[in-house]
Amino acid sequence: MKQSSKYFKVCIVIFLIFLYAPALLLPIFSFNDSQVIAFPLSGFSTVWFEKLLYEDTLHDALRNSLLVAVSSSILATALGTLVARASSRYKFFGQRASVTFILVPLILPEIILGVCLLTVLIQLGLNLNLWTVVLGHTLLITPFSTLIMVSAFNNLDISLEEASLDLGMSSVQTFRLIILPMVSPGLISSLLIGFVISLDEFIIAFFLTGVEPTLPVYIWAQFRFPAKLPSTMALGTILLIVSLILVSLFEYFRRRIELYNQYTMELDQK
Amino acid sequence: MNFSDQDKKGWRLLGLPFIFSVLLLAVPLATMFALSFWTQDYLVLKKTFTLANYREAWFEPVFQTLFTRSLLISFTVTVFTIIFAFPVAYFISFYGGKRKALWLFLITIPFWTSYLLRMFLWKVILGYNGVLNSFLEWIGAITEPLTFLLYNSNAVVLALVHGWAPFAILPIFVSLEKIDRSLLEASNDLGDTAFKQFFRIILPLSMPGVVGAVLIIFIPTIGDYITPKLVGGPEGLMIANMIQVQFSKANNAPLAAALSVTSLLIVGSISILFVLLNKKHMRNY
Repeated sequence: MKQSSKYFKVCIVIFLIFLYAPALLLPIFSFNDSQVIAFPLSGFSTVWFEKLLYEDTLHDALRNSLLVAVSSSILATALGTLVARASSRYKFFGQRASVTFILVPLILPEIILGVCLLTVLIQLGLNLNLWTVVLGHTLLITPFSTLIMVSAFNNLDISLEEASLDLGMSSVQTFRLIILPMVSPGLISSLLIGFVISLDEFIIAFFLTGVEPTLPVYIWAQFRFPAKLPSTMALGTILLIVSLILVSLFEYFRRRIELYNQYTMELDQK
Repeated sequence: MNFSDQDKKGWRLLGLPFIFSVLLLAVPLATMFALSFWTQDYLVLKKTFTLANYREAWFEPVFQTLFTRSLLISFTVTVFTIIFAFPVAYFISFYGGKRKALWLFLITIPFWTSYLLRMFLWKVILGYNGVLNSFLEWIGAITEPLTFLLYNSNAVVLALVHGWAPFAILPIFVSLEKIDRSLLEASNDLGDTAFKQFFRIILPLSMPGVVGAVLIIFIPTIGDYITPKLVGGPEGLMIANMIQVQFSKANNAPLAAALSVTSLLIVGSISILFVLLNKKHMRNY
Protein backbone atom coordinates (compact mmCIF):
# COMPACT_ATOMS: atom_id res chain seq x y z
CA MET A 1 0.00 0.00 0.00
CA LYS A 2 2.85 2.37 0.92
CA GLN A 3 4.59 1.70 -2.40
CA SER A 4 1.56 2.64 -4.47
CA SER A 5 1.03 5.79 -2.42
CA LYS A 6 4.50 6.94 -3.45
CA TYR A 7 3.79 6.11 -7.08
CA PHE A 8 0.63 8.20 -7.00
CA LYS A 9 2.43 11.07 -5.34
CA VAL A 10 4.92 11.14 -8.22
CA CYS A 11 1.95 11.04 -10.64
CA ILE A 12 0.23 14.01 -9.06
CA VAL A 13 3.43 16.05 -8.84
CA ILE A 14 4.07 15.52 -12.56
CA PHE A 15 0.47 16.47 -13.20
CA LEU A 16 0.76 19.66 -11.16
CA ILE A 17 3.95 20.63 -13.00
CA PHE A 18 2.17 20.13 -16.33
CA LEU A 19 -0.76 22.14 -14.99
CA TYR A 20 1.33 25.05 -13.75
CA ALA A 21 4.28 25.15 -16.17
CA PRO A 22 2.63 27.30 -18.85
CA ALA A 23 1.41 29.82 -16.29
CA LEU A 24 4.90 30.06 -14.79
CA LEU A 25 6.21 31.30 -18.15
CA LEU A 26 4.22 34.50 -17.68
CA PRO A 27 6.31 35.94 -14.82
CA ILE A 28 9.55 34.50 -16.27
CA PHE A 29 9.21 36.23 -19.64
CA SER A 30 7.51 39.39 -18.47
CA PHE A 31 10.65 40.23 -16.45
CA ASN A 32 12.96 39.16 -19.28
CA ASP A 33 14.88 41.91 -21.03
CA SER A 34 14.17 40.76 -24.58
CA GLN A 35 11.68 41.35 -27.37
CA VAL A 36 11.44 37.65 -28.21
CA ILE A 37 9.87 35.03 -25.98
CA ALA A 38 12.62 32.39 -26.08
CA PHE A 39 15.46 30.86 -24.13
CA PRO A 40 18.14 31.69 -23.07
CA LEU A 41 16.91 34.52 -20.85
CA SER A 42 18.79 37.73 -21.39
CA GLY A 43 18.40 39.70 -18.17
CA PHE A 44 16.03 41.20 -15.65
CA SER A 45 13.90 44.14 -16.65
CA THR A 46 10.65 45.81 -15.66
CA VAL A 47 10.36 47.70 -18.95
CA TRP A 48 7.36 45.64 -20.12
CA PHE A 49 5.39 46.57 -17.04
CA GLU A 50 6.33 50.22 -17.49
CA LYS A 51 5.04 50.11 -21.06
CA LEU A 52 1.63 49.05 -19.77
CA LEU A 53 1.40 52.35 -17.89
CA TYR A 54 1.29 54.28 -21.15
CA GLU A 55 -1.16 52.13 -23.11
CA ASP A 56 -4.32 54.23 -23.18
CA THR A 57 -6.32 51.59 -25.07
CA LEU A 58 -5.43 49.09 -22.36
CA HIS A 59 -6.67 51.44 -19.65
CA ASP A 60 -9.95 51.93 -21.50
CA ALA A 61 -10.32 48.18 -21.95
CA LEU A 62 -9.65 47.65 -18.25
CA ARG A 63 -12.27 50.25 -17.32
CA ASN A 64 -14.78 48.58 -19.66
CA SER A 65 -14.04 45.17 -18.23
CA LEU A 66 -14.40 46.35 -14.64
CA LEU A 67 -17.74 47.97 -15.45
CA VAL A 68 -18.97 44.79 -17.16
CA ALA A 69 -17.62 42.47 -14.47
CA VAL A 70 -19.04 44.45 -11.55
CA SER A 71 -22.47 44.95 -13.18
CA SER A 72 -22.89 41.40 -14.41
CA SER A 73 -21.70 39.75 -11.20
CA ILE A 74 -24.14 41.86 -9.16
CA LEU A 75 -27.03 41.17 -11.55
CA ALA A 76 -26.26 37.45 -11.73
CA THR A 77 -25.93 37.16 -7.96
CA ALA A 78 -29.30 38.86 -7.50
CA LEU A 79 -30.95 36.51 -10.02
CA GLY A 80 -29.13 33.46 -8.65
CA THR A 81 -30.22 34.33 -5.11
CA LEU A 82 -33.85 34.52 -6.20
CA VAL A 83 -33.64 31.14 -7.93
CA ALA A 84 -31.85 29.51 -5.00
CA ARG A 85 -34.22 30.95 -2.44
CA ALA A 86 -37.27 29.85 -4.43
CA SER A 87 -36.01 26.33 -5.00
CA SER A 88 -34.67 25.70 -1.50
CA ARG A 89 -37.60 27.22 0.41
CA TYR A 90 -40.66 26.25 -1.60
CA LYS A 91 -41.94 23.26 -3.54
CA PHE A 92 -43.83 24.56 -6.49
CA PHE A 93 -45.26 23.67 -9.89
CA GLY A 94 -42.65 23.48 -12.67
CA GLN A 95 -39.78 23.91 -10.24
CA ARG A 96 -37.41 21.31 -11.62
CA ALA A 97 -37.95 22.22 -15.25
CA SER A 98 -37.61 25.97 -14.78
CA VAL A 99 -34.53 25.77 -12.57
CA THR A 100 -32.89 23.32 -14.99
CA PHE A 101 -33.68 25.72 -17.81
CA ILE A 102 -31.96 28.56 -15.97
CA LEU A 103 -28.87 26.33 -15.57
CA VAL A 104 -28.66 25.53 -19.31
CA PRO A 105 -25.93 28.12 -20.11
CA LEU A 106 -23.58 25.96 -18.03
CA ILE A 107 -23.54 23.30 -20.74
CA LEU A 108 -24.11 25.34 -23.91
CA PRO A 109 -20.93 26.04 -25.85
CA GLU A 110 -20.22 29.75 -25.51
CA ILE A 111 -20.01 30.25 -29.25
CA ILE A 112 -23.67 29.22 -29.52
CA LEU A 113 -24.67 31.67 -26.79
CA GLY A 114 -22.73 34.40 -28.59
CA VAL A 115 -24.26 33.68 -31.99
CA CYS A 116 -27.80 33.42 -30.55
CA LEU A 117 -27.64 36.68 -28.63
CA LEU A 118 -26.05 38.53 -31.52
CA THR A 119 -28.75 37.25 -33.90
CA VAL A 120 -31.50 38.64 -31.67
CA LEU A 121 -29.77 41.96 -31.10
CA ILE A 122 -29.27 42.43 -34.84
CA GLN A 123 -32.89 41.46 -35.54
CA LEU A 124 -34.07 43.99 -32.97
CA GLY A 125 -31.79 46.58 -34.52
CA LEU A 126 -30.14 47.32 -31.17
CA ASN A 127 -26.71 48.85 -30.96
CA LEU A 128 -23.92 46.78 -29.51
CA ASN A 129 -22.28 48.33 -26.48
CA LEU A 130 -21.00 47.37 -23.05
CA TRP A 131 -24.52 46.78 -21.73
CA THR A 132 -25.16 44.07 -24.29
CA VAL A 133 -22.00 42.38 -22.97
CA VAL A 134 -23.34 42.80 -19.42
CA LEU A 135 -26.55 41.02 -20.43
CA GLY A 136 -24.63 38.17 -22.05
CA HIS A 137 -22.34 37.77 -19.05
CA THR A 138 -25.24 37.89 -16.61
CA LEU A 139 -26.85 35.04 -18.52
CA LEU A 140 -23.60 33.07 -18.36
CA ILE A 141 -22.86 33.72 -14.66
CA THR A 142 -26.39 33.25 -13.26
CA PRO A 143 -26.10 29.41 -13.22
CA PHE A 144 -22.86 29.61 -11.22
CA SER A 145 -24.45 32.07 -8.78
CA THR A 146 -27.49 29.83 -8.50
CA LEU A 147 -25.42 26.77 -7.61
CA ILE A 148 -23.37 28.67 -5.03
CA MET A 149 -26.47 30.24 -3.47
CA VAL A 150 -28.32 26.91 -3.38
CA SER A 151 -25.53 25.50 -1.22
CA ALA A 152 -25.65 28.63 0.96
CA PHE A 153 -29.44 28.38 1.41
CA ASN A 154 -29.46 24.62 1.78
CA ASN A 155 -28.90 24.30 5.47
CA LEU A 156 -30.58 27.51 6.45
CA ASP A 157 -32.75 26.60 9.41
CA ILE A 158 -36.38 27.44 8.67
CA SER A 159 -37.17 27.67 12.38
CA LEU A 160 -35.01 30.79 12.70
CA GLU A 161 -37.09 32.44 10.02
CA GLU A 162 -40.32 31.32 11.63
CA ALA A 163 -39.14 32.55 15.01
CA SER A 164 -38.40 35.95 13.56
CA LEU A 165 -41.85 36.15 11.93
CA ASP A 166 -43.51 34.98 15.16
CA LEU A 167 -41.72 37.66 17.10
CA GLY A 168 -43.33 40.27 14.91
CA MET A 169 -40.80 41.08 12.23
CA SER A 170 -42.08 41.67 8.72
CA SER A 171 -40.93 39.29 6.01
CA VAL A 172 -38.76 42.05 4.53
CA GLN A 173 -37.11 42.63 7.92
CA THR A 174 -36.63 38.89 8.37
CA PHE A 175 -34.95 38.66 5.00
CA ARG A 176 -32.70 41.63 5.64
CA LEU A 177 -31.78 40.89 9.27
CA ILE A 178 -31.85 37.10 9.50
CA ILE A 179 -31.54 35.43 6.11
CA LEU A 180 -29.23 37.81 4.28
CA PRO A 181 -26.48 37.84 6.96
CA MET A 182 -26.56 34.06 7.14
CA VAL A 183 -26.06 33.60 3.40
CA SER A 184 -23.54 36.45 3.06
CA PRO A 185 -20.53 34.12 2.56
CA GLY A 186 -22.48 32.68 -0.39
CA LEU A 187 -23.24 36.15 -1.75
CA ILE A 188 -19.59 37.17 -1.54
CA SER A 189 -18.30 34.01 -3.21
CA SER A 190 -20.93 34.35 -5.93
CA LEU A 191 -19.87 37.95 -6.57
CA LEU A 192 -16.20 36.96 -6.67
CA ILE A 193 -16.70 34.05 -9.04
CA GLY A 194 -18.98 36.12 -11.25
CA PHE A 195 -16.37 38.85 -11.36
CA VAL A 196 -13.59 36.43 -12.29
CA ILE A 197 -15.67 34.70 -14.98
CA SER A 198 -16.73 37.97 -16.56
CA LEU A 199 -13.24 39.46 -16.41
CA ASP A 200 -11.93 36.38 -18.22
CA GLU A 201 -14.75 35.73 -20.70
CA PHE A 202 -13.81 36.24 -24.32
CA ILE A 203 -16.25 34.73 -26.83
CA ILE A 204 -19.48 36.41 -25.73
CA ALA A 205 -17.68 39.72 -25.25
CA PHE A 206 -16.07 39.30 -28.69
CA PHE A 207 -19.50 38.86 -30.30
CA LEU A 208 -21.47 41.41 -28.30
CA THR A 209 -19.07 44.26 -27.84
CA GLY A 210 -19.33 47.28 -30.10
CA VAL A 211 -16.45 49.71 -30.37
CA GLU A 212 -15.48 49.40 -26.70
CA PRO A 213 -13.37 46.26 -26.16
CA THR A 214 -13.21 44.45 -22.84
CA LEU A 215 -9.84 43.31 -21.50
CA PRO A 216 -9.84 39.82 -23.13
CA VAL A 217 -10.94 41.32 -26.46
CA TYR A 218 -8.09 43.83 -26.15
CA ILE A 219 -5.62 41.04 -25.33
CA TRP A 220 -6.86 39.03 -28.31
CA ALA A 221 -6.11 41.98 -30.57
CA GLN A 222 -2.58 42.25 -29.11
CA PHE A 223 -1.76 38.67 -30.12
CA ARG A 224 -1.38 39.83 -33.72
CA PHE A 225 1.59 42.09 -32.92
CA PRO A 226 4.79 40.15 -32.12
CA ALA A 227 6.37 43.35 -30.79
CA LYS A 228 3.68 43.56 -28.12
CA LEU A 229 4.18 40.01 -26.86
CA PRO A 230 6.34 40.82 -23.81
CA SER A 231 3.92 43.52 -22.64
CA THR A 232 1.06 41.07 -23.09
CA MET A 233 2.98 38.59 -20.93
CA ALA A 234 3.42 41.32 -18.30
CA LEU A 235 -0.31 42.05 -18.41
CA GLY A 236 -0.94 38.32 -18.05
CA THR A 237 1.28 38.22 -14.97
CA ILE A 238 -0.77 40.97 -13.36
CA LEU A 239 -4.04 39.23 -14.25
CA LEU A 240 -2.68 35.96 -12.87
CA ILE A 241 -1.92 37.59 -9.51
CA VAL A 242 -5.30 39.35 -9.39
CA SER A 243 -7.25 36.17 -10.09
CA LEU A 244 -5.14 34.22 -7.56
CA ILE A 245 -6.11 36.74 -4.88
CA LEU A 246 -9.78 36.68 -5.89
CA VAL A 247 -9.93 32.89 -6.01
CA SER A 248 -8.23 32.55 -2.63
CA LEU A 249 -10.84 34.91 -1.20
CA PHE A 250 -13.53 32.83 -2.87
CA GLU A 251 -12.10 29.66 -1.34
CA TYR A 252 -12.07 31.30 2.09
CA PHE A 253 -15.77 32.20 1.89
CA ARG A 254 -16.71 28.82 0.42
CA ARG A 255 -15.08 27.16 3.44
CA ARG A 256 -17.14 29.41 5.69
CA ILE A 257 -20.33 28.12 4.03
CA GLU A 258 -19.16 24.54 4.41
CA LEU A 259 -18.16 24.99 8.05
CA TYR A 260 -21.50 26.61 8.76
CA ASN A 261 -23.35 23.77 7.03
CA GLN A 262 -21.38 21.19 9.01
CA TYR A 263 -22.09 23.08 12.21
CA THR A 264 -25.85 23.21 11.61
CA MET A 265 -25.82 19.53 10.64
CA GLU A 266 -24.13 18.65 13.93
CA LEU A 267 -26.71 20.76 15.80
CA ASP A 268 -29.49 18.88 14.02
CA GLN A 269 -28.01 15.57 15.03
CA LYS A 270 -27.97 16.63 18.68
CA MET B 1 -56.01 24.39 -12.09
CA ASN B 2 -55.46 25.46 -8.52
CA PHE B 3 -52.25 27.05 -7.44
CA SER B 4 -51.18 26.41 -3.90
CA ASP B 5 -49.60 28.94 -1.60
CA GLN B 6 -46.23 27.30 -2.26
CA ASP B 7 -46.69 27.68 -6.02
CA LYS B 8 -47.43 31.38 -5.69
CA LYS B 9 -44.57 32.10 -3.30
CA GLY B 10 -42.12 30.06 -5.35
CA TRP B 11 -43.01 31.71 -8.64
CA ARG B 12 -43.00 35.18 -7.11
CA LEU B 13 -39.30 34.64 -6.44
CA LEU B 14 -38.47 32.66 -9.55
CA GLY B 15 -40.49 34.87 -11.91
CA LEU B 16 -37.85 37.49 -12.61
CA PRO B 17 -34.89 35.16 -13.23
CA PHE B 18 -37.13 32.90 -15.28
CA ILE B 19 -38.30 35.73 -17.52
CA PHE B 20 -34.68 36.85 -17.86
CA SER B 21 -33.69 33.37 -19.03
CA VAL B 22 -36.62 33.15 -21.43
CA LEU B 23 -35.74 36.51 -22.98
CA LEU B 24 -32.00 35.92 -23.19
CA LEU B 25 -31.88 32.18 -23.77
CA ALA B 26 -35.13 30.73 -25.12
CA VAL B 27 -35.92 33.63 -27.46
CA PRO B 28 -32.38 33.80 -28.89
CA LEU B 29 -32.28 30.01 -29.37
CA ALA B 30 -35.63 30.12 -31.13
CA THR B 31 -34.53 33.05 -33.28
CA MET B 32 -31.38 31.22 -34.28
CA PHE B 33 -33.46 28.17 -35.13
CA ALA B 34 -35.79 30.28 -37.31
CA LEU B 35 -32.85 32.07 -38.91
CA SER B 36 -31.35 28.76 -39.97
CA PHE B 37 -34.31 28.29 -42.35
CA TRP B 38 -33.97 31.72 -43.95
CA THR B 39 -31.48 33.12 -46.43
CA GLN B 40 -29.35 36.20 -46.53
CA ASP B 41 -28.53 38.21 -49.61
CA TYR B 42 -25.59 40.37 -48.60
CA LEU B 43 -27.25 42.28 -45.73
CA VAL B 44 -30.93 41.64 -46.51
CA LEU B 45 -32.68 38.72 -44.84
CA LYS B 46 -35.19 36.75 -46.91
CA LYS B 47 -37.69 35.17 -44.59
CA THR B 48 -38.93 32.41 -46.86
CA PHE B 49 -38.60 28.88 -45.56
CA THR B 50 -35.78 26.87 -47.07
CA LEU B 51 -33.67 23.86 -46.19
CA ALA B 52 -30.79 25.10 -48.34
CA ASN B 53 -28.65 26.06 -45.32
CA TYR B 54 -28.93 22.59 -43.86
CA ARG B 55 -28.21 21.02 -47.22
CA GLU B 56 -25.03 23.07 -47.35
CA ALA B 57 -24.10 22.45 -43.70
CA TRP B 58 -24.58 18.70 -43.95
CA PHE B 59 -23.32 17.87 -47.42
CA GLU B 60 -20.61 20.38 -48.31
CA PRO B 61 -17.23 18.60 -47.88
CA VAL B 62 -15.73 21.64 -46.09
CA PHE B 63 -18.27 21.49 -43.33
CA GLN B 64 -18.23 17.70 -43.15
CA THR B 65 -14.48 17.82 -42.63
CA LEU B 66 -14.85 20.45 -39.92
CA PHE B 67 -17.57 18.52 -38.09
CA THR B 68 -15.59 15.29 -38.24
CA ARG B 69 -12.42 17.00 -37.10
CA SER B 70 -14.19 18.80 -34.24
CA LEU B 71 -15.72 15.53 -33.09
CA LEU B 72 -12.42 13.72 -33.33
CA ILE B 73 -10.49 16.40 -31.45
CA SER B 74 -13.17 16.61 -28.74
CA PHE B 75 -13.26 12.84 -28.44
CA THR B 76 -9.46 12.55 -28.17
CA VAL B 77 -9.33 15.38 -25.64
CA THR B 78 -12.02 13.71 -23.54
CA VAL B 79 -10.28 10.33 -23.53
CA PHE B 80 -6.87 11.76 -22.65
CA THR B 81 -8.24 14.06 -20.00
CA ILE B 82 -10.05 11.20 -18.26
CA ILE B 83 -7.00 8.92 -18.41
CA PHE B 84 -4.96 11.76 -17.02
CA ALA B 85 -7.45 12.91 -14.41
CA PHE B 86 -8.40 9.56 -12.95
CA PRO B 87 -5.12 8.74 -11.13
CA VAL B 88 -5.00 12.28 -9.76
CA ALA B 89 -8.56 12.10 -8.43
CA TYR B 90 -7.82 8.62 -7.10
CA PHE B 91 -4.74 9.83 -5.28
CA ILE B 92 -6.54 12.74 -3.66
CA SER B 93 -9.47 10.62 -2.60
CA PHE B 94 -7.53 7.61 -1.28
CA TYR B 95 -4.22 9.09 -0.16
CA GLY B 96 -5.11 12.76 0.33
CA GLY B 97 -5.53 12.34 4.07
CA LYS B 98 -6.32 15.61 5.77
CA ARG B 99 -5.05 17.68 2.89
CA LYS B 100 -7.72 16.77 0.34
CA ALA B 101 -9.10 20.30 0.25
CA LEU B 102 -5.63 21.74 -0.32
CA TRP B 103 -4.91 19.34 -3.20
CA LEU B 104 -8.23 20.20 -4.83
CA PHE B 105 -7.55 23.89 -4.39
CA LEU B 106 -4.12 23.51 -6.03
CA ILE B 107 -5.71 21.77 -8.98
CA THR B 108 -8.52 24.27 -9.50
CA ILE B 109 -6.36 27.41 -9.29
CA PRO B 110 -5.14 27.29 -12.92
CA PHE B 111 -8.75 26.94 -14.04
CA TRP B 112 -9.56 30.38 -12.64
CA THR B 113 -6.71 32.07 -14.48
CA SER B 114 -7.48 33.43 -17.91
CA TYR B 115 -8.39 30.68 -20.41
CA LEU B 116 -7.42 32.99 -23.25
CA LEU B 117 -3.92 33.50 -21.83
CA ARG B 118 -3.43 29.83 -21.03
CA MET B 119 -4.23 28.85 -24.60
CA PHE B 120 -2.08 31.66 -25.92
CA LEU B 121 0.82 30.39 -23.80
CA TRP B 122 0.70 27.10 -25.69
CA LYS B 123 1.27 29.04 -28.88
CA VAL B 124 4.26 30.74 -27.25
CA ILE B 125 5.57 27.40 -26.01
CA LEU B 126 5.13 25.38 -29.20
CA GLY B 127 6.01 28.02 -31.79
CA TYR B 128 8.87 27.78 -34.32
CA ASN B 129 10.92 30.31 -32.37
CA GLY B 130 9.04 29.42 -29.23
CA VAL B 131 9.95 28.52 -25.69
CA LEU B 132 10.28 24.77 -26.20
CA ASN B 133 12.32 24.95 -29.42
CA SER B 134 14.63 27.64 -28.10
CA PHE B 135 15.07 25.71 -24.86
CA LEU B 136 15.92 22.46 -26.66
CA GLU B 137 18.34 24.28 -28.95
CA TRP B 138 19.90 26.03 -25.97
CA ILE B 139 20.62 22.78 -24.15
CA GLY B 140 21.78 21.23 -27.40
CA ALA B 141 19.12 18.56 -27.81
CA ILE B 142 18.20 19.72 -31.33
CA THR B 143 19.91 21.79 -33.99
CA GLU B 144 16.89 22.75 -36.09
CA PRO B 145 13.58 23.95 -34.56
CA LEU B 146 10.89 21.28 -34.55
CA THR B 147 8.05 22.24 -36.88
CA PHE B 148 5.48 19.59 -36.02
CA LEU B 149 4.70 21.17 -32.64
CA LEU B 150 2.37 24.01 -33.57
CA TYR B 151 -0.47 24.56 -36.02
CA ASN B 152 -2.06 21.13 -36.17
CA SER B 153 -4.75 19.11 -34.44
CA ASN B 154 -2.30 17.63 -31.94
CA ALA B 155 -1.45 21.07 -30.61
CA VAL B 156 -5.18 21.74 -30.17
CA VAL B 157 -5.60 18.45 -28.31
CA LEU B 158 -2.63 19.14 -26.03
CA ALA B 159 -3.81 22.66 -25.15
CA LEU B 160 -7.39 21.51 -24.54
CA VAL B 161 -6.36 18.58 -22.33
CA HIS B 162 -4.33 21.02 -20.30
CA GLY B 163 -7.16 23.50 -20.11
CA TRP B 164 -9.92 21.09 -19.14
CA ALA B 165 -8.19 18.59 -16.85
CA PRO B 166 -9.39 20.21 -13.60
CA PHE B 167 -12.98 19.78 -14.77
CA ALA B 168 -12.51 16.04 -15.06
CA ILE B 169 -10.82 15.65 -11.70
CA LEU B 170 -13.60 17.18 -9.61
CA PRO B 171 -16.55 14.95 -10.60
CA ILE B 172 -14.39 11.80 -10.54
CA PHE B 173 -13.11 12.78 -7.11
CA VAL B 174 -16.65 13.28 -5.81
CA SER B 175 -17.78 9.83 -6.94
CA LEU B 176 -14.61 8.19 -5.57
CA GLU B 177 -15.33 9.83 -2.23
CA LYS B 178 -18.73 8.16 -2.18
CA ILE B 179 -17.30 4.64 -2.46
CA ASP B 180 -17.82 2.73 0.77
CA ARG B 181 -14.30 1.84 1.92
CA SER B 182 -15.54 -1.34 3.61
CA LEU B 183 -16.23 -2.78 0.13
CA LEU B 184 -12.52 -2.51 -0.59
CA GLU B 185 -11.61 -4.16 2.70
CA ALA B 186 -14.02 -6.97 1.93
CA SER B 187 -12.54 -7.52 -1.52
CA ASN B 188 -9.03 -7.48 0.00
CA ASP B 189 -10.06 -10.03 2.59
CA LEU B 190 -11.60 -12.22 -0.08
CA GLY B 191 -8.34 -12.20 -2.02
CA ASP B 192 -8.88 -9.76 -4.89
CA THR B 193 -5.68 -8.37 -6.36
CA ALA B 194 -5.36 -4.59 -6.58
CA PHE B 195 -5.91 -4.91 -10.33
CA LYS B 196 -9.12 -6.88 -9.97
CA GLN B 197 -10.31 -4.61 -7.22
CA PHE B 198 -9.91 -1.61 -9.46
CA PHE B 199 -11.92 -3.06 -12.34
CA ARG B 200 -14.58 -4.77 -10.23
CA ILE B 201 -15.23 -2.17 -7.57
CA ILE B 202 -13.56 1.20 -7.95
CA LEU B 203 -14.11 1.80 -11.66
CA PRO B 204 -17.78 0.72 -11.80
CA LEU B 205 -18.64 2.71 -8.69
CA SER B 206 -16.89 5.81 -9.97
CA MET B 207 -18.65 5.69 -13.34
CA PRO B 208 -21.15 8.45 -12.45
CA GLY B 209 -18.20 10.79 -11.99
CA VAL B 210 -16.55 9.61 -15.19
CA VAL B 211 -19.79 10.10 -17.14
CA GLY B 212 -20.14 13.59 -15.65
CA ALA B 213 -16.54 14.42 -16.54
CA VAL B 214 -17.00 13.17 -20.11
CA LEU B 215 -20.02 15.43 -20.63
CA ILE B 216 -18.39 18.42 -18.95
CA ILE B 217 -15.40 18.16 -21.29
CA PHE B 218 -16.93 16.87 -24.50
CA ILE B 219 -19.75 19.42 -24.81
CA PRO B 220 -17.79 22.67 -24.47
CA THR B 221 -14.59 21.56 -26.23
CA ILE B 222 -16.43 20.74 -29.43
CA GLY B 223 -17.51 24.38 -29.62
CA ASP B 224 -14.18 25.85 -28.63
CA TYR B 225 -13.14 28.85 -30.67
CA ILE B 226 -10.01 30.22 -29.01
CA THR B 227 -7.77 27.15 -28.98
CA PRO B 228 -8.03 26.06 -32.64
CA LYS B 229 -7.72 29.68 -33.74
CA LEU B 230 -4.53 30.17 -31.72
CA VAL B 231 -2.69 26.86 -32.05
CA GLY B 232 -4.62 24.93 -34.71
CA GLY B 233 -3.41 26.58 -37.89
CA PRO B 234 -5.44 25.91 -41.05
CA GLU B 235 -5.28 22.14 -40.44
CA GLY B 236 -6.58 22.39 -36.90
CA LEU B 237 -9.56 24.73 -37.27
CA MET B 238 -12.84 23.57 -35.78
CA ILE B 239 -16.52 24.19 -36.37
CA ALA B 240 -16.74 27.20 -34.02
CA ASN B 241 -14.22 29.06 -36.17
CA MET B 242 -16.35 28.41 -39.26
CA ILE B 243 -19.50 29.59 -37.47
CA GLN B 244 -17.76 32.82 -36.56
CA VAL B 245 -16.47 33.34 -40.12
CA GLN B 246 -19.91 32.72 -41.64
CA PHE B 247 -21.47 35.07 -39.16
CA SER B 248 -19.10 37.98 -39.65
CA LYS B 249 -16.83 38.00 -42.70
CA ALA B 250 -18.92 35.81 -44.99
CA ASN B 251 -22.11 37.68 -44.06
CA ASN B 252 -24.06 34.45 -44.04
CA ALA B 253 -25.79 34.41 -40.68
CA PRO B 254 -28.40 31.82 -41.74
CA LEU B 255 -25.67 29.32 -42.62
CA ALA B 256 -23.91 30.09 -39.33
CA ALA B 257 -27.22 29.42 -37.57
CA ALA B 258 -27.68 26.12 -39.42
CA LEU B 259 -24.13 25.10 -38.49
CA SER B 260 -24.82 26.03 -34.84
CA VAL B 261 -28.08 24.06 -34.74
CA THR B 262 -26.33 21.10 -36.36
CA SER B 263 -23.53 21.22 -33.77
CA LEU B 264 -26.10 21.32 -30.99
CA LEU B 265 -27.91 18.34 -32.51
CA ILE B 266 -24.70 16.33 -32.81
CA VAL B 267 -23.47 17.18 -29.32
CA GLY B 268 -26.91 16.67 -27.81
CA SER B 269 -27.56 13.29 -29.42
CA ILE B 270 -24.10 11.96 -28.59
CA SER B 271 -24.45 13.11 -24.98
CA ILE B 272 -27.89 11.57 -24.58
CA LEU B 273 -26.72 8.31 -26.17
CA PHE B 274 -23.72 8.25 -23.89
CA VAL B 275 -25.82 8.79 -20.76
CA LEU B 276 -28.27 6.08 -21.84
CA LEU B 277 -25.44 3.62 -22.45
CA ASN B 278 -24.18 4.26 -18.95
CA LYS B 279 -27.57 4.17 -17.32
CA LYS B 280 -26.85 1.08 -15.28
CA HIS B 281 -24.00 2.92 -13.53
CA MET B 282 -26.15 5.93 -12.76
CA ARG B 283 -28.89 4.14 -10.82
CA ASN B 284 -27.76 5.21 -7.39
CA TYR B 285 -27.33 8.79 -8.45
